[in-house]
Amino acid sequence: MKVAEYDTTPEVARELGAFLERRREQIAQRWADTALFRTVFTVSRDEAVEAGKAVLDALAEVARTGRLEDSGAPGFAAVREQLGRMAAARSRAGLGPSRIAGEVAGLREPAVALLRADLEDAAGEHTHACALALTVLMGTLRLVVMETTVGAGGELIARQRQQLLEMATPVIELWEGVVAVPLIGTLDSARTQVVMESLLEAIVDQRARYAILDITGVPTVDTFVAQHLMKTVAAARLMGAECIVSGIRPAIAQTIVHLGIDLGTITTRAGLADALAYALTGQGIVVSPPPRAGAGPR
Amino acid sequence: MHAPPVSATCLPIGSDADLAQVRQHVRRIAADLGFGLVQQTKLVTAVSELARNTLVHGGGGHMEIIRLEECGVRRGLRLSFVDAGPGIRDIDLAMTDGYTSGDGLGLGLSGARRLVQEFVLDSHPGRGTTVTITDWVSGVPSPRTGTP
Repeated sequence: MKVAEYDTTPEVARELGAFLERRREQIAQRWADTALFRTVFTVSRDEAVEAGKAVLDALAEVARTGRLEDSGAPGFAAVREQLGRMAAARSRAGLGPSRIAGEVAGLREPAVALLRADLEDAAGEHTHACALALTVLMGTLRLVVMETTVGAGGELIARQRQQLLEMATPVIELWEGVVAVPLIGTLDSARTQVVMESLLEAIVDQRARYAILDITGVPTVDTFVAQHLMKTVAAARLMGAECIVSGIRPAIAQTIVHLGIDLGTITTRAGLADALAYALTGQGIVVSPPPRAGAGPR
Repeated sequence: MHAPPVSATCLPIGSDADLAQVRQHVRRIAADLGFGLVQQTKLVTAVSELARNTLVHGGGGHMEIIRLEECGVRRGLRLSFVDAGPGIRDIDLAMTDGYTSGDGLGLGLSGARRLVQEFVLDSHPGRGTTVTITDWVSGVPSPRTGTP
């Protein structure tokens, strides 16, 4: 990806590379005081200076190869990960992409000031060309940082989606022979499939005779969700377990009736406790208050 | 209708994630307008059915939201589900409980009609389908009007 069209001669690019190498220490020292480096490398200032040097080495490498406007230049590869970490740290601190881009842009000023000081006696036009080349290069650096943050965002979303799939399916053994799944949130096709699979697996693993599907955390029960519940109940029944759907709130109950869904074949209970009581009674287990302390039902 | 539209917004319906977005949006606006919990739940469920129809049968489309305000007398919400899909050839059959062209329960359309106060289905084979539902914030139950 290219930033803009500037004509930078190979000589200017090479000179820029030499300058970045020569002034590596000074620029890194100044960068270490900018918000971007100071707030990311909090342990020691030396750490920030070293990180700045790594970035400068990359910039010098890119300048030497003359690909000032190319964010895909091989020179950036060495610092891409570090830049991504820095941007992520700033992002965690609550900065938006434009603020992060602004902070990266702020690195240009100290470098340009040093460059102008170095070239004070050179011809005005040449100084201008070098400063322009450095500005282009710093613009490309900003682009590289933004690319890493966008990539990190995509990765984060993919990882969270995966986590969400797993979170959707905690199958809990409530009692010997009784498993329960609390369903939470939107039931789309991917999640419903995972829920059904893990419930059926739990029925086998725990040798469960009762499976409770609790829909307290499901905001909307439409025909799609109802149909999924019916399918799960039917599948569990085939495996010898009786399913109980619990957590049907008054508003949901009225909605199901208006929709015309017939849940008559499914055992339903208002709350999870009622469902558990039903499952225990079905197994002939009677829960009564302990006669003495320490003598629980189990 | 004599109620002047106060504001209109448009949400795309093109994926499973959009369905969740649409439901949440309607729930938020309905709560904002003062719909009770039961009415909110019914409305959002109807929205879920119709939006899924738009996605599955209409091949995607969009939902239009219009807040209605009748000079401080009553407030409501009008939602249109628009697709440019194959359309519905036999509307009476499609509105029959238990009839489905897919593998659903066949209760989506007819059920959605029972969940809201006004329901208008407009479909032209080959040109698409528009379903418009309207619900008013009700202190007292209002008569059901607008049969298709």
